[in-house]
Amino acid sequence: MTDIPAKAAAPSASGGSALLTLMKLRTFIALIAVLVFFSIAAPNFLSAANLILMAKHVALNAFLAMGMTFVIITGGIDLSVGSIVGLCGMVAGYLVLNGIDLQMGYTVYFNVVEIALITLLVGIAIGAVNGLLITRLNVAPFIATLGVLYVARGFALLSSDGRTFPNLVGKPELGTTGFGFLGAGRLLGLPVSIWILIVVALGAAYLARYTPLGRHIFAVGGNERAARISGVRVNMVKMFVYMFSGFCAAIVGLIISSELMASHPATGESFELNAIAAAVLGGTSMSGGRGTIGGTIVGAFVIGILSDGLVMMGVSSFWQMVIKGLVIIVAVVVDQAQRRLQQRVTLMQMAKAG
Amino acid sequence: MSPAHDVILKLEDVSKVYAGTVAVKQANFEVRKGAVNVLVGENGAGKSTLMKIIAGVEQPTAGRILLEGEAVSFSSSGDAVARGIGMVFQELNLFGNMTVAENIFATREITNRLGKIDRKAQERRAGEFLDRLEAGIRPDMLVEDLRIGQQQLVEIAKAVSLDAKILIMDEPTSALSAAEVEILFKVIADLKARGVAIVYISHRLEELIRIGDYITVLRDGRITGQEEMKNVDTQWIVRQMIGSDAKDFAKADGHQPGEEIFRAEEICLPRVTGGLAVDHVSLSLRAGEILGIYGLMGAGRSELFDCIMGRHGHASGRIFIAGKLVKERDTTRRIRRGLALIPEDRQREGLVSILSVASNLTLASLSRFVRLFHIRGAAERQAVVRMVRELAIKVADPAQEVSSLSGGNQQKVVIGKALLTGPKVLLMDEPSRGIDVGAKADVFRTMRKLSRDGLGILFATSDLDEVMALSDRIAVMSNGRLTGMFDRAEATEAAIVAASALGHGPGHLAPVHLAPVHGEQR
Repeated sequence: MTDIPAKAAAPSASGGSALLTLMKLRTFIALIAVLVFFSIAAPNFLSAANLILMAKHVALNAFLAMGMTFVIITGGIDLSVGSIVGLCGMVAGYLVLNGIDLQMGYTVYFNVVEIALITLLVGIAIGAVNGLLITRLNVAPFIATLGVLYVARGFALLSSDGRTFPNLVGKPELGTTGFGFLGAGRLLGLPVSIWILIVVALGAAYLARYTPLGRHIFAVGGNERAARISGVRVNMVKMFVYMFSGFCAAIVGLIISSELMASHPATGESFELNAIAAAVLGGTSMSGGRGTIGGTIVGAFVIGILSDGLVMMGVSSFWQMVIKGLVIIVAVVVDQAQRRLQQRVTLMQMAKAG
Repeated sequence: MSPAHDVILKLEDVSKVYAGTVAVKQANFEVRKGAVNVLVGENGAGKSTLMKIIAGVEQPTAGRILLEGEAVSFSSSGDAVARGIGMVFQELNLFGNMTVAENIFATREITNRLGKIDRKAQERRAGEFLDRLEAGIRPDMLVEDLRIGQQQLVEIAKAVSLDAKILIMDEPTSALSAAEVEILFKVIADLKARGVAIVYISHRLEELIRIGDYITVLRDGRITGQEEMKNVDTQWIVRQMIGSDAKDFAKADGHQPGEEIFRAEEICLPRVTGGLAVDHVSLSLRAGEILGIYGLMGAGRSELFDCIMGRHGHASGRIFIAGKLVKERDTTRRIRRGLALIPEDRQREGLVSILSVASNLTLASLSRFVRLFHIRGAAERQAVVRMVRELAIKVADPAQEVSSLSGGNQQKVVIGKALLTGPKVLLMDEPSRGIDVGAKADVFRTMRKLSRDGLGILFATSDLDEVMALSDRIAVMSNGRLTGMFDRAEATEAAIVAASALGHGPGHLAPVHLAPVHGEQR
């Protein structure tokens, strides 16, 4: 009598693990599905020019989503990235046009490399502010980064009185030319921003897998108390993830103002939501401890291709929002189903092992 | 079987199958009125599942449940409660963010006519139950501010307050000190006299033999023995449980402890509510020595360990390792100096449950496998395999999530994690809590082996047998102070118990006083 359920369970075990593999690859499958769908439904979708254009769009969200992934894995959230994008764009634009006035009749102008480095430092510094609020002052991540979202956006608007910094070509005599390279330049046929994405993504994936810091990020998200007792410097880990998120946002700010050759203070509004969506779509768990850089990149591609493809098909932007929302919800529902199935398969394997 | 007590609940051929695993196989189990019905078995034997079936939390796959002769089926724990079955769960099912009274009356709040919760009435009624437990818990305290042992008492008060006909207690004493266990037993005797049927699950055999009236032994989901308690002895129980006479504490091997490896001086930790949780504790430990720290709940054992590990910035005092003052104040660097803690609460403080066994094992010692900033996978794997073998951790693949292991194997992972840091001094807080007999024996054997290898071991326990059997010396703590220090040769249970009760009431027996009397605070 006891044998019957055991036998009944046996065939479904292999079926279960096949289904499980499918579910694990769901984001990939979704990616292939949107690619196939749009290449049939939208003319010119598969043209090289269009693919590169889409990749550039996706890259922007992918940068933010990578930073967001680490933050979410530690159990936090970073709502300020969109504002950091805006503020960093303004910093870069201001430096190209005005330099820094030393108040003594002198003005210092920086070359483009220096401007990029300063802008990245500003992004990292804002991330550090987030980190300090969360670790030292014990502000909940949601609130701390919400506050910084407003403050950073406010400063971006103040920096130009709400106006756009136009025409960032720079002046040859001041050595400030060449700012457009990041946004429009190409290396070996690929846009520079894609190369940067590849480098940062490989770096982040390596960090997550093969360094103690990466392991500690997962441990902090999985069980902060246990991590602390095991000697993990929890506060340093948290500082790092918010600073890395700020760094990623600064890259995006630079690329956008370089593409447009102008800095607009409202740039990046609601980018944080797209970044969270990409991370979640890629399998990052909002409760912390789970997520991968690879998954997040694929997630960013699914979202990006979906919205670009819908635009090409002429679908109304209102419907686009509905579809994007549904995709995210379905992704999380499937994720939960996978967890349950995984548990069952593990149980079966344990039962088989004895 | 003796008809002295009526059968109130009967399970007939009950089986429970989880996807692929058979947790309970055709169990026939009788629960008798006005008696303590004991259920024992190793971890994973199916005790908790069986009890969850009775309490309506799980539904049986096959078989019948007869309550007072009538076939019943519970679709939820609410059904079972309505029929007079209450349960004290092994894992605490309390809301940390609510008060003790709110927890006790959760889902059956006392309300006035307008539907508003009558807080005063709840706290008064809760106070009556808590007074019976004599644990000094006020009904308006937040549960998360209580220690684990006290939380367990709240859980018990909650079950008692149900006025159940059948009360199931799943390891109610696992976090209780000797004195609290006595109180619990009084409560149980009281319930028995009122005709309540008690189902009692525990790993502590002495305890079972003392209070049990009937005993049922489970092994691998099957019932292997059912007897009246007066007809059985420990040997019989162990034989039914594990099928052999294996037991128990590893014997001392007679090696001599070496030089002093660790010394703590004047450790103090202020309590949030005023006073000192750890009160000027000084002790020293030699290499290769096992120093047991016995004490009741709230005696300050765990807090002392926390201070030593540097988990409290506001603690004061000095610690020395091999004669050298440890200036580092944070946990990370103290681990590097050779201290390691095996915390009391495995789930909350010991393990990152969603990571793999391997990642958990190496979490505290990653820096040892790193070149520059790269984790050398081969070196890490090697260390993991070595620990799994040395500690006999039963795991098919170290990449498996640690939460899929049994309690005993999880505990071994926590111990392995501490050992991989290469400690000189090991602090073990209740190392055998909530694990089965076999794993306990493994843990004790490991402790012996480590001390032979020259580690100093400080271990805290509220189990008198354990402290007597394993320690080279025994320290006793009470109310944050060190109230006794005995060599094994001269230690007697009576003296230890007396020292552990010091400062808990009138009648100061004043044995060995090692700690100075209350000094200036801060």
